[in-house]
Amino acid sequence: MSVTHGDCAAIAGKPEGWNRPAAIEPENEGELLEVAMGPHHPSTHGVFRMDVALDGERVMRLRPVFGYLHRNHEKIAEGQSYLASMPYTDRLDYICPITNNWAYALAVEKLTGQEVPERAEYLRVILGELTRFQNHASSIGFLTQEMGAMGTPLMYAFREREKILDLFEELTGARMMVNYMRFGGCRVDASPGWLERTRKVVAGLAGFVDEFDRLLSSNEILMARTQGVGVLQPELAVNAGVTGPMLRASGVNYDIRKVDGYGIYNRFKFRVPLGDHGDVYDRYMIRMLEMRESIKILEQALNEIQPGPVMSPTAKLRGLRPKPGEAYGRIEAPKGELGFYLISDGGPNPYRYRVRPPSLINLTVLEDMCLGVNVADVVLIFGSVDIVLGEVDR
Amino acid sequence: MLGEGILKGMAETAKNFFGSYFSADRLTTVEYPEQRIAPYEAARVFPFLVYDSKNPGDGADWEAGLRCVACQICEKECPPKCIFIEKSQDKKPDFVGKPQFYPARFDIDISVCMSCQICVEVCPFEAIKMDTEFELSTDDRFGGLLLDRKQLAKSNEYYHQIHPTEASTVDARLAAEKVKAEARVKSAAAAKTAAIAGEGA
Repeated sequence: MSVTHGDCAAIAGKPEGWNRPAAIEPENEGELLEVAMGPHHPSTHGVFRMDVALDGERVMRLRPVFGYLHRNHEKIAEGQSYLASMPYTDRLDYICPITNNWAYALAVEKLTGQEVPERAEYLRVILGELTRFQNHASSIGFLTQEMGAMGTPLMYAFREREKILDLFEELTGARMMVNYMRFGGCRVDASPGWLERTRKVVAGLAGFVDEFDRLLSSNEILMARTQGVGVLQPELAVNAGVTGPMLRASGVNYDIRKVDGYGIYNRFKFRVPLGDHGDVYDRYMIRMLEMRESIKILEQALNEIQPGPVMSPTAKLRGLRPKPGEAYGRIEAPKGELGFYLISDGGPNPYRYRVRPPSLINLTVLEDMCLGVNVADVVLIFGSVDIVLGEVDR
Repeated sequence: MLGEGILKGMAETAKNFFGSYFSADRLTTVEYPEQRIAPYEAARVFPFLVYDSKNPGDGADWEAGLRCVACQICEKECPPKCIFIEKSQDKKPDFVGKPQFYPARFDIDISVCMSCQICVEVCPFEAIKMDTEFELSTDDRFGGLLLDRKQLAKSNEYYHQIHPTEASTVDARLAAEKVKAEARVKSAAAAKTAAIAGEGA
């Protein structure tokens, strides 16, 4: 099917308040060029397709196509016990499995009214913030790779990520597919040696952020490529349900750690960095600043953690049958609001199991950010959204 | 000045590059397979079945020593359903001497297994544990990745070797259970003799 100029005129006539450019007028006569970027394209993280209609280099229309990595996660979870879904949640956003575990455990704990011991809450915060740190570091690495910095910043990020993954492996037995949290606590306790090694790694993280800052933040090429590109207006971001660093880069103060104070987050002192312009550079900077805030939370948590049990004595591992009802557990995952919505009909498996994935919902504004920019910037804007296809398609 | 940021960044890369010649902790990789990093104690790669051997080392009595009693809890709880168990018809004595069923067949399809270790957590008999062996590639897609109970059986000594702390706690727990079971048998026997003596009187 060929795309004509008439189609683009229809797009331009969207209701007021959307941040679409007032009118994109094609410069040349004739038909637009339709290009399918992906699903196997070096610039896409995983299998994602963008159908773009181009007028020369300018993007006139962009249609995201996903579903290539669909694994039937929700329906599988409805057919098995509550515990058996826990390892599957690792595979949603496989860059940060700990936070997926956490959101799911939180939803089931809400459903059953399960208490979580203090030490387990601290361990969750420590692991969650380490996850946030390594996610932001590698996402900045990927972003620079999309700009053409082949490898160097990414390798620096992965060097640091490796130290954190080593800590995960030592505690949980796996680098990525951790399967660590349980309803009512955590699976294994951290040894004093592990906490000591974590303190050592955390002490080195600030140096890494400084190094990254010197390497990238004032780099002229990065600034030229990212500043003013892919602007997301705060009104549109709120209307579209965008969350996480993308929303905060647009200047909206919304962090579920502050809003809900789930777990024990209201005990820690940290600030929520906010952006001004909502462009790609702001998203980069927000991630940089959030890494620094994560280090602050980690230091406080590692100082305050006390010995104690990590599993609640009333916690049930097998044969969980919650009373009929529903629960929505949400956390501030590194990519945005990650929520699990569960309905129980009293049986051993959930009646309905729904994931609210931040990656998918942040992607819905991709076209609005990309209209009128050059093709090379589409790749960059897509990278700045920070998605994982395992979570988008589920 | 234009280009200052780039120069600053280049200085950082140069520091990292030359630093790797002087400082050993800047070298972050090892040359596998010549050099290897020992796996962590908590590492987990596919389950195995533990057996208690009377004379460790020869592995001849693996079948008699299997702790598994074919209760099939792990088969039921396994998320990807990669375990297949067939219960035996007859019974054999377990470690406290109580007659128990044993698995006539115990297969794990490791092409399906995702090493989540839920089978280990739900096993009440400490019979299934996680291995650390990861070099398992084979050119036989179907038969080679479907492990039967003989391939899965590994001795308690091997378990001690790969997970020393965990194995000692398990051993202590089993020993305590054995003492309790023996005491129970003894008191039952004592009660029986007392009852017989009471009848006789």
